[in-house]
Amino acid sequence: MKARVHITLKHGVLDPQGKAIGHALGSLGFEGVGDVRQGKVIELELAETDEARARAEVEQMCQKLLANTVIENYAIELQA
Amino acid sequence: MKAAIVVFPGTNREVDMKDAFERAGASAVMAWHGDAEVPDCDLIVLPGGFAYGDYLRCGAMAAHSPIMKDVVKKANAGQPVLGVCNGFQILIEARLLPGALLKNASLAFVCRDVHLRLDHAIKPLTGNLVEGDVIRVPVAHGDGNYFADVETLKRLEGEGRIAFRYVAGPGEAESRANPNGSTADIAGIVNEKGNVLGMMPHPEDATGPRQQSLDAVPLFAGIVEALS
Repeated sequence: MKARVHITLKHGVLDPQGKAIGHALGSLGFEGVGDVRQGKVIELELAETDEARARAEVEQMCQKLLANTVIENYAIELQA
Repeated sequence: MKAAIVVFPGTNREVDMKDAFERAGASAVMAWHGDAEVPDCDLIVLPGGFAYGDYLRCGAMAAHSPIMKDVVKKANAGQPVLGVCNGFQILIEARLLPGALLKNASLAFVCRDVHLRLDHAIKPLTGNLVEGDVIRVPVAHGDGNYFADVETLKRLEGEGRIAFRYVAGPGEAESRANPNGSTADIAGIVNEKGNVLGMMPHPEDATGPRQQSLDAVPLFAGIVEALS
């Protein structure tokens, strides 16, 4: 089973990289771009085949290492 | 007094730290991150650098190194722990200190002298510095922008746990005082018990010859006196 973890900054957490990307898009002529937020995606290959157990396991991974829950949200996507 | 300085792959300020403690009359040993235990010592130090290449988030991988279990255990039992720069990031990722350290607001790596004011003297880790003292020390980091939610900030303020803040030095513009955009100009904080101090600037590099400032000498002298 494959898992894809999307990690994004929480609302209210400053994202200077997102801001810089927004500025760059503006200077490239892309108008009408509002707030830009940058996150990351982590793809995992799991031995687990049961979806519920896989989700619980990845949840633990996010809590312990993959995300810093003080500043980041995460969303888990599973693919058989 | 004996300091144990924890070295991770990518740590690069351990020798500066050792020199600073030795100049202050202490002995210092290096402790490898892969060891299960920190050697017997009076103070555990997490020095600066780029542990694990700052992969994932600064300090995130290092916080799960084998030795960190023992560091956390000893810190919770009241042993003094000092984390500088990357060491501060590791203490945060190990959840020994609250909040987070984000990328500098300028997006640039900042390497220059800053001025710090001691707002709360916390013994023994702020040494012989007196509240209100302003010292000049260098910073060298890309991710030192301290962030905490409103509740956490209130608690830190209310409990007197913001040890150091960035302030403008003599003749320096206010706008230049804070090098990284950190909330409330926070440069260093302590845990609830006051035995764990994390700070972004490098006091160890303001203690000796060929360094541009000697302002942090009382900090190291006081720590060594108190723990000897």
